[in-house]
Amino acid sequence: MFEALLFYTFSALAVFAGAMVITRRNAASSAIALVASFFCLASMYAMLGAHFVAVIQILVYAGAIMVLFIFVIMVLNLREDNDPGWNLSPRAVLGAGVGGLVGLTVFVGASAARSMTFMPTDKLDPNFGTIEQIGYTLFSGRYLLPFEVVSALLTVAVVGAVVLAKKEL
Amino acid sequence: MSETMLTVILALVKCVFSLAFVMQIVPLLIWAERKGAAYIQDRPGPNRAHILGVRAGGLIHTLPDVFKLITKEDVVPSHVFRPLWALAPIISMSVALVTFSVVPWGDQILIPAEIAEKYLGTTGPLAVNLQVADIDGGLLYVLAMTSLGVYGIMLAGWSSNNKFSLIGGLRSAAQMVSYELAMGMGVVAMFMTYGTTRLDTIMQIQSESILNWGVLLSPPVGLVAFILFWVSAFAECNRNPFDLPEGEAELVAGYHTEYSSLRFALFFMAEYANMVVASSVTATLFFGGYNIPFVNGAMLREHIDLVLIAIGVGGGVFFLFAASIAFGRRKDPFYAAMEAFKGPRPNKLAPVGGLNGLLYRALHDDTLRQHEWKIFTAIWAGAAAAHFGLIGLGAMNIASGMPLLTEIIVFVTQLNAFVVKVLFGCWMFIWVRWTLPRFRYDQLMDLGWKYMLPIGLVNILLAAVWLLIDANTMRLYAAIP
Repeated sequence: MFEALLFYTFSALAVFAGAMVITRRNAASSAIALVASFFCLASMYAMLGAHFVAVIQILVYAGAIMVLFIFVIMVLNLREDNDPGWNLSPRAVLGAGVGGLVGLTVFVGASAARSMTFMPTDKLDPNFGTIEQIGYTLFSGRYLLPFEVVSALLTVAVVGAVVLAKKEL
Repeated sequence: MSETMLTVILALVKCVFSLAFVMQIVPLLIWAERKGAAYIQDRPGPNRAHILGVRAGGLIHTLPDVFKLITKEDVVPSHVFRPLWALAPIISMSVALVTFSVVPWGDQILIPAEIAEKYLGTTGPLAVNLQVADIDGGLLYVLAMTSLGVYGIMLAGWSSNNKFSLIGGLRSAAQMVSYELAMGMGVVAMFMTYGTTRLDTIMQIQSESILNWGVLLSPPVGLVAFILFWVSAFAECNRNPFDLPEGEAELVAGYHTEYSSLRFALFFMAEYANMVVASSVTATLFFGGYNIPFVNGAMLREHIDLVLIAIGVGGGVFFLFAASIAFGRRKDPFYAAMEAFKGPRPNKLAPVGGLNGLLYRALHDDTLRQHEWKIFTAIWAGAAAAHFGLIGLGAMNIASGMPLLTEIIVFVTQLNAFVVKVLFGCWMFIWVRWTLPRFRYDQLMDLGWKYMLPIGLVNILLAAVWLLIDANTMRLYAAIP
């Protein structure tokens, strides 16, 4: 019961914050709404027993990436008159239509699943979602190569960004 | 009472305790900051505000301060972006407070079966973790929450719509992002060494022996990590020498220029709350948290009678020593001058105006300081009597076998050790602030990126080498298949 209450509260908040992100005229408000939505998502992860993912969600997305976003917004000095406002171009209508259709499909699909029960977290393995467990999954055998390839890819991306941004090294 | 209800109530009690813990130290720190600054600059510091003639060494000044901040007009400048401007101080304050929730402030309390079953309706004994949230990624949670603190300052700077505030906010964002990395590097080396990010497991490891305290672990990894963490903590709290975001010489007051009354008070309190949290995390991670050196919780429980004797004797010595210092001051020149001033009217230090002053003068005709001594002597004697009375009562109850009382005594003793460590950390913040000049911006960035980050990376490498050669630190890994 308690968990259901928390779940519905946070999902409602997440959806509300998501709506705020795309409806605010002010870029900084949108960014803050996005942070709020990350927070609600993190609480969902925590309720699913994935504490590590929840904390990393806040640490990486809210704590680092969004800080840089807001930093950029502050420096750019965006004004509301830069904002083109709402216009009903055919592309906008098409986009809204496709988005609405996808949303409807997800909603219908989710409602059709009759066995909508809450996953009791106490039935999980007590080690589920801990850092040790995730470490073992990532570093033993199956996911080791993809993990290392991704880290190499990220390094390449960082170096590439520096090379592109700096005119002379 | 059902199990769920009990859990919820316990969680609420712990939440209130942890909030109260941080919030109670804040006014004390404001006083310590003023007195500390005065001490370092060789001046008396705050000593005028009083309640019926009791000035308590300037401690009373915090009360009119709070009253002033609450009753001041809440000015909302017309050019600010209202929603975010109002949100910013709230973010600052709440982020500072929630970080404390993973810090353990005492050993596990074991409520014995007969009491727990009778009053709390559990089956068997009840173990209470003295920590609000016992989560797996405790240390990461601390990092995540401190990284959110920057939002309050950035939003305040941006939404104030004012160039000085904006520059303050930008500086703060750049500084926090830079030093978070150094802090993270220090912490990574630590949780490699501990083999866990759970703060309660870290505390258990440190409880075993003083050699397991964070700073001493796999030298010099622990020490280097401590220095990195502590310097970054100064930067994250925006304290001097890292207080460029509010550099008053060039930016008016930086990000909080446009704030007044309680909104300003929130920023002000958040700074001190951040100091308390940073000190308590440092104490937990590097200095054994609630552990008393050479004496862990198990030893305290086993020799509870000796602990009582030690508290009794120690308290007695403390009361005598403090009293001799306090009353020895009667002979100081200042006091002699006060004596000479004593005439038919109250001395000059007694405030002239206000109902408080009138009331004081109606009641007394001795000097302000004599008046204070009288009151302090009464309080002192009362405290000493209460101290020894409680010790005696404790001794009688323990002799008749009361396990819960043992737990309470152990808890209070360890909480005291924790508070001493936290307060010392906070004093370090004050000490450094009034000793060092502010960094220049390029120096700040150089220190963060060119020195602390590489040192942190090397430190992580060293920690890994230690893990390879020292089988003892591997004990936690062995538990996992």
